[in-house]
Amino acid sequence: MTRWVGQSLLRFEDPPLLTGEARFVADLADKAAFLRFVRSPVPHGRIVSIEAPEGVTRFTGEDLAEVRPVRPLLHREDYKAVDQPVLARDKVRYVGEPVAVVVAASAEGAEDAADQVFVDIDPMDHAITAAAAVREGGPTVHDHVPGNVVVDARLSTPGVDGAFRTAAEVIEFDLRSGRESAMPLEARGSVAAYDGRSGRVTLTSSIQSPHVVRTIIADLLGMPESDLRVVAPDVGGGFGQKFCLAVEDVVAVWVARRLRTTVAWIEDRRENLVSAFHSRDHRYRVRGAFGPGGRLMAVDADLLCNIGAYSCYPVTCGVEPLMAMAEFPGPYDFRYYRVRSRGVTTNTCPMSPYRGVSRPVITLAMERLMDLAAARFGIEAAEIRRRNLVRSFPYTSATGLVYDEGSYVESLERAADAIDLPGFRERQAAAQRNGRYLGVGFSVFSERTGYGTAAFAARSMDVTPGYETVDLAMDPSGYVEARLGASPHGQGLGTSLAQLIGDELGVDPTAVRIVHGDTDRTPYGWGTFASRSLVIAGGAAKLAAAALRSKIAAIAANELEAAPEDIVVGGGVARVSGTDAGVTIPDLARLAYHSSHRLEPGMTPGLTAVATYDPAGTFSNACHAACVEVDPETGGVKVHRFVVVEDAGILINPMIVDGQLHGGITQGIAGALYEEIVYDDGGNILTTSLMDYLPPTVAEVPEIEIHHLVTVSDASITGAKGLGEGGTIGAPAAIINAISDALRPLGVEVNETPATPARLRRLIREKEQEERIPA
Amino acid sequence: MLDRYGYDAKILAGGQSLVPAMNFRLARPEVLVDINQVAELDHVTVDGEAVRIGSLVRHAAFEQPVVDGPLGRLLSLAAHHVGHLPIRVRGTFGGSLAHADPAAEWCVIAMLLDAEILARTATGSRSIPARDFFHTVFTTDLGPDELLIEARLGRLSAGKKVGFQQFSRRAGDFALAMTAAVLEIRDGEVVDARIAMGGVSDRPVRADEAEEYLKGQPPGRSSFAEAAHLAAGGFDAVGDIHGSAEYRRDLVRALTRRALEQATAS
Repeated sequence: MTRWVGQSLLRFEDPPLLTGEARFVADLADKAAFLRFVRSPVPHGRIVSIEAPEGVTRFTGEDLAEVRPVRPLLHREDYKAVDQPVLARDKVRYVGEPVAVVVAASAEGAEDAADQVFVDIDPMDHAITAAAAVREGGPTVHDHVPGNVVVDARLSTPGVDGAFRTAAEVIEFDLRSGRESAMPLEARGSVAAYDGRSGRVTLTSSIQSPHVVRTIIADLLGMPESDLRVVAPDVGGGFGQKFCLAVEDVVAVWVARRLRTTVAWIEDRRENLVSAFHSRDHRYRVRGAFGPGGRLMAVDADLLCNIGAYSCYPVTCGVEPLMAMAEFPGPYDFRYYRVRSRGVTTNTCPMSPYRGVSRPVITLAMERLMDLAAARFGIEAAEIRRRNLVRSFPYTSATGLVYDEGSYVESLERAADAIDLPGFRERQAAAQRNGRYLGVGFSVFSERTGYGTAAFAARSMDVTPGYETVDLAMDPSGYVEARLGASPHGQGLGTSLAQLIGDELGVDPTAVRIVHGDTDRTPYGWGTFASRSLVIAGGAAKLAAAALRSKIAAIAANELEAAPEDIVVGGGVARVSGTDAGVTIPDLARLAYHSSHRLEPGMTPGLTAVATYDPAGTFSNACHAACVEVDPETGGVKVHRFVVVEDAGILINPMIVDGQLHGGITQGIAGALYEEIVYDDGGNILTTSLMDYLPPTVAEVPEIEIHHLVTVSDASITGAKGLGEGGTIGAPAAIINAISDALRPLGVEVNETPATPARLRRLIREKEQEERIPA
Repeated sequence: MLDRYGYDAKILAGGQSLVPAMNFRLARPEVLVDINQVAELDHVTVDGEAVRIGSLVRHAAFEQPVVDGPLGRLLSLAAHHVGHLPIRVRGTFGGSLAHADPAAEWCVIAMLLDAEILARTATGSRSIPARDFFHTVFTTDLGPDELLIEARLGRLSAGKKVGFQQFSRRAGDFALAMTAAVLEIRDGEVVDARIAMGGVSDRPVRADEAEEYLKGQPPGRSSFAEAAHLAAGGFDAVGDIHGSAEYRRDLVRALTRRALEQATAS
């Protein structure tokens, strides 16, 4: 009997994507009028007037006065809720904030009409960086939040000061992560279609969470949810940027209802870079107290997260500072921890979680701490990690998180072996004698994945995601349809779930159709984000399939006059164990629907099952190792090698897992070396095209060498751990540590991303100048 | 056509800059004059001591040397840095000069070799020296009624040595800086040196001071380092989000030395 789990089946999603049969939002806009948003050209100011020439159909915040503002809530004393009008009212708070929308017959016409709308804004002082926003006497982004701190969380274990007093060494450094865009290949967009017959609106939007979007839009517009159908068609990537609510979608639905027509908003790249959620942009001050031999005792951290002008729905802007605070310790064992973590509003584009959320930055911070300490103690980078990694499970962290079984030390050892660390050190020394600078960097991390309601509730979210439901039906032809609240958008989840369901039901995965991304067709769910869908929707799929298999077995037992526990379901047949007696599954399906009089008395006709899964969460882990060469004269970095040792438990489809790692690591390398949203002092974005915002291409990304470890944890009923974000989480620290390792002979340590050539040159030049000026 | 429409018309050659600009709606010409069918513009002709390059010759044509000797080698070195393969297959030599992006390889080569650029109107033609041709970013001496016909490059004698170095953020991106160099060394002494840089100022620039300095010097690490230092200080550097003016000078220093070393190694 074939077992489908563990096979690298080609993805069922790919043929339409590769043959042009896929349908993205922009492919579905042919009958629509076009919307174009008029966006604020200034970062902060009072709206004096908005004027448009005769004949331009336009709506402003005043026209949408009946629409409630978005107010994402956390039930925490230290959280200050802020309102976001879907079109600016009275004030603008960032360059790119939508202040009006125009409607025209074509995309070009809408663009031209938008250009003719004149917005008179009385500018006010603005703050672009979090540091500027918290400075005494700085501008106030939201009137009721002087000081601009909207989240101010603190946590401390006893004994921190004592640990620092008795420390053998204290390492202290500042760290800054650049502001990034998640850069989905397809920018955002939506088509809102009003149906005169039913009064309903269908919003087809490039999003990750159709049910959540339906809820919030219905709430804001004061309409029944049942009047709104939300569809996510083929979605060209989201990486978090399409998880939280886009206010533009609210406006699209409002305009469709107002004009009783179909309208489309198709975002271009420039608009995406300026006004779609940004992310990262953290500044940390980190202190670590080490005992003799480099054993980490305590960490004291001050974390400042720029959250942009508004909070994001539903997760809120608390997600970055609070996750950074709770998960900062990562895979390292230490008991004393003190942290202050703030989210700060600024006059910049709102932020939302991007693949990895805070963890690429906190992992960078912990891994820099380890390397700086290793240098101070004069021990090998791998050795200091060996001395500090968590070794026994379950482990409760200094912040109270419980880690299930992992392989932190093993992943490190495997990675160090794979790159032949002693051999590398020899090559590095030889290269340096020839004026070449090679370096190796490690990054070990644990990744909290597949966490359910309890974990989100611990963040005190007003809207608390967590569970997923799978609604499974075998039709009379013996084919299976699984309807999910999760909303994959490129992950290959459909293929992976079909493999899981295929194994449970004993059918070929090609007989399983996965339906998602349509609120009319699927059970309420939270969408796809936070490395959760494989674990949670996968778990629900397994539970639903197991229930359906029980029913199939019961029907077969009745037909074959055997006990249900003697029925084996597999290979398309339900058989009495140890005999040739069996019935094909299509025959049983036909029977369940069309000859229900033959079912045992009391059994419901048909073959359906629904299951919900809501786990506590499971930690996957990995070690990344990068080998780089830095050209000290140009600041250029070449990544020669990238090794990943990943433990995501049981791999449902190893090819898909590797693909997730390739993509994630590429985005991690992007954040480490290439991509950064840059604002000028006037609050304008300078990186508005892909000539300035630089996603790496295949030429910049090395071969990625992947090794798998398999630690099975009962925290996940499929044995699979989440892995969607790991590549992005681990790669920046490995790269930055490798660069620092290469440049250590020059006295340079890098604590900033992206490590652009110009930045590296500046650090090197400063050291060159220090040397020229004798102290 | 150019007479009739003036600035409202744009010449379409390979379209690798114009079409993206139109896609961004930054360029909105009323009339496009497509010259792709004008076969006379697609030629490389050796004409005595000069090589005439028609404006329609595609970048990719230079990947293999179009003429024997150092000139063909230099053009080939530069061609490999022009954009990506699809761009090289469509984009043209003349289009690149007329577009006058200061980080374009052909503009630097034209400057390096003191190219004579031939422009024609409906009624006449004139030859423009490269030093006068490039005014500033995207701006040349060409009038709205002029079509760039060809560039004449001096053929480099067999003894000349060439180097071409550039640095960009990603493969195929416009360079943050580049240096092209031609050296002639006789009896252990540099007798002729030309150095041009791109991507660092509002137009391609020559390193006059460094060229002067090198003449009479023995080729080697120290003279090349000094020349590189002079080259780095010899132009109005521009900064942008990819690097400050100071960083541009750092790059020119490194790339110039490397281009000179590459030339002597060739």
